[in-house]
Amino acid sequence: MNPIAPAPDRNLRDAASRIVLAEQDRFLVRDIQRLSGTSLSRCYHCRSCGNGCPFIRGMDFPPNGVIRLVQYGLRRQALESHTIWICVGCHTCSVQCPMGIDIAAVMATLRRLALEEGAMIAETNILDFHREVLHSIKQYGRAHKLGIMLRYKARVRQWFADLDVGLKMFGKRKMDLKASRVKAIGEITRLFIPHWKR
Amino acid sequence: MPGNRPHLTDLSYFPGCSLESSARESNISMMAAAGILGLNLIELEDWNCCGSSSANILDKEIAFSLAVRNLSLAPPDRPLMAMCPRCLYQLREAHQRLQQEPETLRAQERRWGRPISLELPIIHFLEVLVRLGPARLTQGMVRNLNGLKFVPYYGCTLFRPPTLRKGTYYQGELGNVLTMLGGVALNRALSYRCCGSFLSAARADVVTPLVNEILASAVAVGAECLITSCAMCQLNLEIRCTWEPRLPIFHFSEILALALGAEDYEGWFTRHLVDPRPLLQARNLIP
Repeated sequence: MNPIAPAPDRNLRDAASRIVLAEQDRFLVRDIQRLSGTSLSRCYHCRSCGNGCPFIRGMDFPPNGVIRLVQYGLRRQALESHTIWICVGCHTCSVQCPMGIDIAAVMATLRRLALEEGAMIAETNILDFHREVLHSIKQYGRAHKLGIMLRYKARVRQWFADLDVGLKMFGKRKMDLKASRVKAIGEITRLFIPHWKR
Repeated sequence: MPGNRPHLTDLSYFPGCSLESSARESNISMMAAAGILGLNLIELEDWNCCGSSSANILDKEIAFSLAVRNLSLAPPDRPLMAMCPRCLYQLREAHQRLQQEPETLRAQERRWGRPISLELPIIHFLEVLVRLGPARLTQGMVRNLNGLKFVPYYGCTLFRPPTLRKGTYYQGELGNVLTMLGGVALNRALSYRCCGSFLSAARADVVTPLVNEILASAVAVGAECLITSCAMCQLNLEIRCTWEPRLPIFHFSEILALALGAEDYEGWFTRHLVDPRPLLQARNLIP
């Protein structure tokens, strides 16, 4: 019998999550607890969250793994993980958690910190998509699906991925050419201007 | 038709971006059903996007303000009704924050130049139906669903969010309402599993196995179709399924309106990516 070969990225992952005491951020747990309003130190890693999570296949760390990174103060690893971007906030884990930790809120807080601190974003496609949705809201006050998808495709340069689905939706008139707009659009765009420039 | 609960006849209605565009069939059919039930839905004047997932991820304050603008537009004397679970969640969450933070409330009222009612009830269409009561529904029934076997699919947002734990939930009511109208609800499938939400656009490779799993669970319990409460779920289940034969996915409002005798269904069903008409014809629901 052959011994089980280590997965190719195993060594990489180990290097990335190796704990270097000097790099530990002792205040990370405190910060995340304050910003997310949920208590992380209650987590005893029973892995219920990862068991129920529909998206676990797309994640590099299971949800409790991210909590572990935070508990260990591994700021960079936590902020650069794929998991925080793959999480859509469906709250399955938050409901299943026996300690009542709102894990989705932790992920949301980590995403926010990653953006604010300019961390390397692991899932750029997902971020690009969010940016285009927000752009559409800024422009029209509502999400205009065709515009979002076209601009997103231009940004990630994957014109042929999902072309069939897009054409089908277009054929069924599920994507309108003309955006539905808010009349008092000034009220919306003003939200996007920093308050000292208003 | 004045009911015994007159405060439920006039409702402000928040459609949301999906129902305005990609899921217009849900919007139209809900309007038809509401009309038959004697509800007067008044669309919120000049509403905007509720903030949705994307705005919340990039900038929580903008998302909050977007939701609050809608609240500031709602007349305080009638409940605000939403059809999309995500919109409902955003609006309720923002409303809850305003109730807890008087300072934020004042700032927001100054920003929009309109008073915001803290007593405004924010409810889902399902809740309106439950409060109308079974009698109104069975009285209005024109087409019996003839034992249509369906999985009520609620998705993740309608009952889950922990910040809204204290609210009243109407879990299971989608199945109850349609059972009353002659359908057969099969509850042992993945009714609350998340459909993949926005990952469907950016990471379809993650969403496809998920959607297939949901549909496989529905097939396993012998369902003929899925009936969703969320427009985004309906779309994701339709476009990301690679399972054959493909089950039709209905908006809840379509089946409701059909049972209540709406006649303009042709326009809704042609907008589906999986044609549901053969199934409905087999059940003698449409000619």
